Amino acid sequence: MTEEIIIAGFGGQGVLSMGKILAYSGIMQDQEVSWMPSYGPEMRGGTANVTVILSDSRVSSPILNEFDTAIILNQQSMDKFESTVKKGGILLYDSNGITRHPQRKDITIYRIEAAAKASETGNTKVFNMIVLGAYLKIKPIVKLENVIKGLKKSLPERYHNLIPQNEQAIQLGMDNVKLIQKV
Amino acid sequence: MKELRLMKGNEAIAEAFIRAGADGYFGYPITPQSEVLEYLMAQKPYETTGMVVLQAESEVAAINMVYGGAGCGKKVVTSSSSPGISLKAEGISYMAGAELPCLVVNVVRGGPGLGTIQPSQGDYFQSTKGGGHGDYKLIVLAPASVQEMADFAKLGFELAFKYRTPVMIQSDGVIGQMMEKVELFEQMPRWTNEEIKKISPWATVGKTPDRERNIITSLDLDPARQERHVYKLGAKYKEIEENEVRFEKIQCDDAEYIFVAYGSSARICQKSIEIARAKGIKVGLLRPITLFPFPKKVLNKLADQVKGMLTVEMSLGQMIEDVQLAVNGKVKVEHYGRVGGMIPSPDEIVAALEQKIIGG
Repeated sequence: MTEEIIIAGFGGQGVLSMGKILAYSGIMQDQEVSWMPSYGPEMRGGTANVTVILSDSRVSSPILNEFDTAIILNQQSMDKFESTVKKGGILLYDSNGITRHPQRKDITIYRIEAAAKASETGNTKVFNMIVLGAYLKIKPIVKLENVIKGLKKSLPERYHNLIPQNEQAIQLGMDNVKLIQKV
Repeated sequence: MKELRLMKGNEAIAEAFIRAGADGYFGYPITPQSEVLEYLMAQKPYETTGMVVLQAESEVAAINMVYGGAGCGKKVVTSSSSPGISLKAEGISYMAGAELPCLVVNVVRGGPGLGTIQPSQGDYFQSTKGGGHGDYKLIVLAPASVQEMADFAKLGFELAFKYRTPVMIQSDGVIGQMMEKVELFEQMPRWTNEEIKKISPWATVGKTPDRERNIITSLDLDPARQERHVYKLGAKYKEIEENEVRFEKIQCDDAEYIFVAYGSSARICQKSIEIARAKGIKVGLLRPITLFPFPKKVLNKLADQVKGMLTVEMSLGQMIEDVQLAVNGKVKVEHYGRVGGMIPSPDEIVAALEQKIIGG
């Protein structure tokens, strides 16, 4: 099994940390992983993306031009990455701020209203965990218990009291992801 | 007990400096390698192993601090990215001349000039053919994974002290910035002053009555003596070429074509191999791990087996010159690369193989 994912959105949305948690979760279940960020002059409000690969065998290239799954969190990323999803692959997106919804007919499309759900909870910082939950509902490639272990590894200890909130956010994402188009 | 961590290449190499028992790190921040200094400052090894971590006022200062530390037989290291390495080039040449062991890490970014902060491999000539002035060579290690970033820090120190020479680790923005699983080696103790005297009897650690004073210099105004010194350096580089060639062969056994690539390009080529083999093209990869000494013999041998070689490097074509020399006209060799911080995709590389080598 190899899963090649691009996660793309605004800097500050937690794109890179979501990828890191996913990568750590993979390590927790003995998978090979790679996490390759865009590291240009990104900043809060600019665009940010990360390529995450989880595999049962050695990861070859950390840089890819097509993906099994694209998780898209803003319009710029939709414009750039919709075309990079493999035929028959998955596109998961949040419609917040999206002016042009995905057009392709040869991929499976899911939507998660993560920004809206996050503001309902009163804690917009769990936005990325809602997205992660939605993704894990679609592709349960890592077990929830390993995600929690991954969270513990990637969060500094002083934030470990926030893990239950993150777990709830993951659940919220799992419960609210909607299938838009299936191929 | 193996300790697995998810780390950036830059963090892994910084952790490895501490674990390898380094005495000092002297650096100056520059993207894409600033995490090396940041990580060391956060770890505060000066409170545990006693390793000094210092942000110098400039790259020139940093390399000269390394010169001073190395002259005293200490395990010292500096890191930077391309424009910073150009600034350090004078110091590196001096250290090669003075036969001082040290580690220099270059996390290469796009050039020339300030260029860009994105990955590149355009410093191959600088690392392997000079960079600084004079007849000298560096041992150049090219890691292709986060694991190798950690492992080569340890190996680099071993080679530096074995041959009394600066060792360059030539990485790039991809390997420095990416995170992978890494298994860290165990903490090694720093050398005591007594151990330093035994390991490096040439070091300037204070004259004792039973020997002449040790002098660290790269200057000798007597041309006859300087000539003898340069011949000695030359003999050392020959010995390194005999003993220290390292490479990895991937799917070369049945290959009709091979990619020659190091560092992040070698990783991307492995994906290209998957794509090409799915199309029925039998291609393999020869990955030089040491850029100097270059794996000439194995390439010359492979030239008898394959129909063509494509060097893949994020440059206008630098390593290709060494590959051409190695195969000595036996087989067609072409280059494919992207520059300016752009990274070739696995598909592009397969297309280049088809156009330049198979169809060309």
